[in-house]
Amino acid sequence: MFGNILIWFVVIPVIMMAGLGLCRNSSMNAIRAVMVVCSTVLLGLSIWLCVDFLRLREMGVDDEMLYTGSWMWYAPLNIHLAVGVDGISVLMLMLSAVIVFAGTFASWKINPLPKNFFLWFALLSTGVFGFFISIDIFTMFMFYEVALIPMYLLIGVWGTGRKEYSAMKLTLMLMGGSAFLMLGLLGIYWHSAPEGGQLTWNILEISRNASIAQEWQNMLFCFTFVGFGVLGAMFPFHTWSPDGHACAPTAVSMLHAGVLMKLGGYGCFRIAIYLLPQAANELAWIFIVLTGISIVYGAFSACVQTDLKYINAYSSVSHCGMVLFAILMLNTTAMTGAILQMLSHGLMTALFFALIGMIYGRTHTRDIRQMGGLMKIMPYLGVCYMIAGFASLGLPGLSGFVAEMTIFFGSFQNADLFHRIFVIAATCSIVITAVYILRVVGKLLLGPVQDEHHLQLTDATWFERFSTVTLILCIAGIGCFPNWINETIQHSFAPIMAAIQSAAL
Amino acid sequence: MDYSQFGSMIPELIVLGIFMLVFLFDTFSNEKGKKFLTPFTTILFGLGTIAIWLLPADGEMVFGGMYVNDTVTNALKAILNIGVFIVFLQSAKWVESDEVAIRKGEFYELILVTLFGMYLMVSARHFLLFIIGLESASLPLAALVAFNKKHYESHEAAIKYIMTAVFSSAILLAGLSFVYAFSGGSLYFDDIAISIGQGEMSGLLIMALAFVIAGIGFKLSLVPFHLWTADVYQGAPTAITSYLSVISKGAAAVAFFIIFVQCFGSVYSEAWEWMLYAVIILTITVGNLFAIRQKNMKRFMAFSSISQAGYIMLGAIAANGLGLASMLFYIFVYVVSNLGAFAVISTIEENSGKLSMDDYNGLHKTNPWLSFAMTLAMFSLAGIPPFAGFFSKILIFTSVTGTGSWALYMLVLIALINTIISLYYYLLVVKAMWISPEEPKIGSFRSACSSRIALWLCIAGIVFFGIVPYIYQYCYDAVLNSLSFLFLF
Repeated sequence: MFGNILIWFVVIPVIMMAGLGLCRNSSMNAIRAVMVVCSTVLLGLSIWLCVDFLRLREMGVDDEMLYTGSWMWYAPLNIHLAVGVDGISVLMLMLSAVIVFAGTFASWKINPLPKNFFLWFALLSTGVFGFFISIDIFTMFMFYEVALIPMYLLIGVWGTGRKEYSAMKLTLMLMGGSAFLMLGLLGIYWHSAPEGGQLTWNILEISRNASIAQEWQNMLFCFTFVGFGVLGAMFPFHTWSPDGHACAPTAVSMLHAGVLMKLGGYGCFRIAIYLLPQAANELAWIFIVLTGISIVYGAFSACVQTDLKYINAYSSVSHCGMVLFAILMLNTTAMTGAILQMLSHGLMTALFFALIGMIYGRTHTRDIRQMGGLMKIMPYLGVCYMIAGFASLGLPGLSGFVAEMTIFFGSFQNADLFHRIFVIAATCSIVITAVYILRVVGKLLLGPVQDEHHLQLTDATWFERFSTVTLILCIAGIGCFPNWINETIQHSFAPIMAAIQSAAL
Repeated sequence: MDYSQFGSMIPELIVLGIFMLVFLFDTFSNEKGKKFLTPFTTILFGLGTIAIWLLPADGEMVFGGMYVNDTVTNALKAILNIGVFIVFLQSAKWVESDEVAIRKGEFYELILVTLFGMYLMVSARHFLLFIIGLESASLPLAALVAFNKKHYESHEAAIKYIMTAVFSSAILLAGLSFVYAFSGGSLYFDDIAISIGQGEMSGLLIMALAFVIAGIGFKLSLVPFHLWTADVYQGAPTAITSYLSVISKGAAAVAFFIIFVQCFGSVYSEAWEWMLYAVIILTITVGNLFAIRQKNMKRFMAFSSISQAGYIMLGAIAANGLGLASMLFYIFVYVVSNLGAFAVISTIEENSGKLSMDDYNGLHKTNPWLSFAMTLAMFSLAGIPPFAGFFSKILIFTSVTGTGSWALYMLVLIALINTIISLYYYLLVVKAMWISPEEPKIGSFRSACSSRIALWLCIAGIVFFGIVPYIYQYCYDAVLNSLSFLFLF
């Protein structure tokens, strides 16, 4: 079992938790050492996985999932601990590793209870990694919930502002989503094999059996898509996101917006669409309408906010809406764009939240009306903020451009009037994004200094620089060399497209 | 009479033996010797528990088919025994307190007698034996509820408990007398099953089943038969509350399953599925909604346990082998999670006398380990992975959706939405302990060794037995190997 490399993505965070458990609460250095070592190992492991994955693909291994392994868990119900990755999951693992790594440095001086903070943080990352390596929907769901619950304590204990309210709202809404999701998954399980066959939770087998009847598919599709859509901040279930992000501590916002919201998109893609293709063809329009609204609505809401974190949270609603929107276009180009957007948004939002955390730590306000001219005071942070902003509004050379371009190219392939209207509306959001990003940059970084106390502030420290540089390098890397990502994921769409096309017949 | 038939009653004989030994020890020991009563009973009971886990159940119908100890009942008895063992451990300090110490023998004896009654309840295959078990399980409990002699709440609770217990027994007996009319003069489960299978549906049968559901529903505190629960749980000594909330509930739930599936299985969809359906929805929802407003931890746990009973009964409405296996597993998980919560509550009560949720504010500053244990117990009760509660919930939901019935699918939806409500109030406790900014009201203390062992056992159960499927597999095999439930697969 431990010979499988994927298992280590779960084992290492568990070791991390055990290591933290041994540290004393006061020995900050030991805690940091455990975190840095483990998150570096995870990052290295994910890079190695990606390289090895590409090598295998190069050699012509064209199985749908690589590194598969399956171990019986709850035998009476045929529940396995089944793992396997395709190109998309490899990239998601890498994204998570990068953000856990950057998040560790971003919460270098967390206070109070550093040990407990990192324990829950490690539990959260266990859930995230476990989710991306699983191909058994039971284990996938379990890891999904493992990733959700630490949020409550992370926001509640270490957050700011109305943290109790926000933490409760976020937890209950996400858990409410997962209740629907679970019902959907149970339905999928009990229809996963033709009459008399061995029922299974394994994604590959369910898709191969293709035995779910149309009327069940329709219902289960709604359950699963809504379930994951809540986490993907789909309108009208997005209201947890602004409050939750605004109150969360920096590293948690990073991990949550950067990775956790991707669980939603990934789940919609891997379970709702892949396993229920007929329903996806039939009912995609409902969710196109909803995600279309989240894209435009999120962008407009961001324009009028004055709290930096709220601006960014609404911008996340808009960008994550774009991920789900692109997935629902049901063609390869748009889906490629969706994956790129997940990566791009993950890195860029993580960078944003890290920077906001750093600025807030100095100025003790997040209200853009009370700040100004920060570029003169802390040029390093100012430049980073601008880079993140440009990535967000889609400047060529950074990751946002590649992703959004691909999404809109792909979306325009659907030539009917309904799709056209929504795609055009969604495209408009780029302009609105530019409005709110430039508004913030103008008020916050440029112009006169609003508060003379700010003149005494210092620029970024070494660990802050380290965390931001990592993220910026990745953003620029995707923006300049999107091709290797394309190569990594290109095999992944064939089975899903085949399922959709055969269902459409 | 063939005395070898007693050989089938191993678990009962073990409990009876322990009872006799404790009784003799209590009667004939002097003041000095009495000090050892607690460790003596606890260790003896621990050994008995291990014996019941390990000894095979022969599954033979003895005493003319009145009694059977098959793998299912044996598994339940083993699970209940673990619970009682934990209760003994966590009450070890309480029984040494001045007020109780002289009567501690009675405490153990009464608990053992009720446990014996519960064993008979689940092993009975004849309603006469069932009633004997039921009565000997509930009457001594009233004495236990009144154990705090000097507190009038305890007396009030005992009166409430005995009144409802007697009343519910009367209703149950009325129902059974109707059933007796149907079966043509037999109270054997098998005979009843046959005659009901052959007979026609009638209003009388529906009434009989409603009475039986009501009668057992009182023991399980299903809504609308739950009104005694909160007051009794609040008034009783905490050790008894924890015993009441898990052990008697677990036994009654499995007895319910056995009676309804074995006797009335043939009229499942005509007669009792919809009754149970309504009762489950009410139980889960009302329990949850009332729990939100509770400030006293014992009342809080009372309403939480009402809604948990609703989840346990989901296994009964599934009425299949998976349902029974998941139900047993759920009971196990419920035992460790609920007792874990009660272990914390009772330790805090003993050391500081505080019972209100507001007193828990900021607890992590003074008692980080207790807060941590309570958090795990709350997460497990709410069904959060990777703790055992998640697995027990998802497995019981799986068994219900497996029936393929549309109505039951919707029932699972309602139950799932209710888990979100329950998550809210369980998180309120977590919030009080970890998030609330107030200064802690409970000082730092070191809890007694025995209660710490009890807490560790519960935590081990919560953390390991979800990830390690050993117990579930054990329950599943028990159902699979039991001849009387083979037809469920």
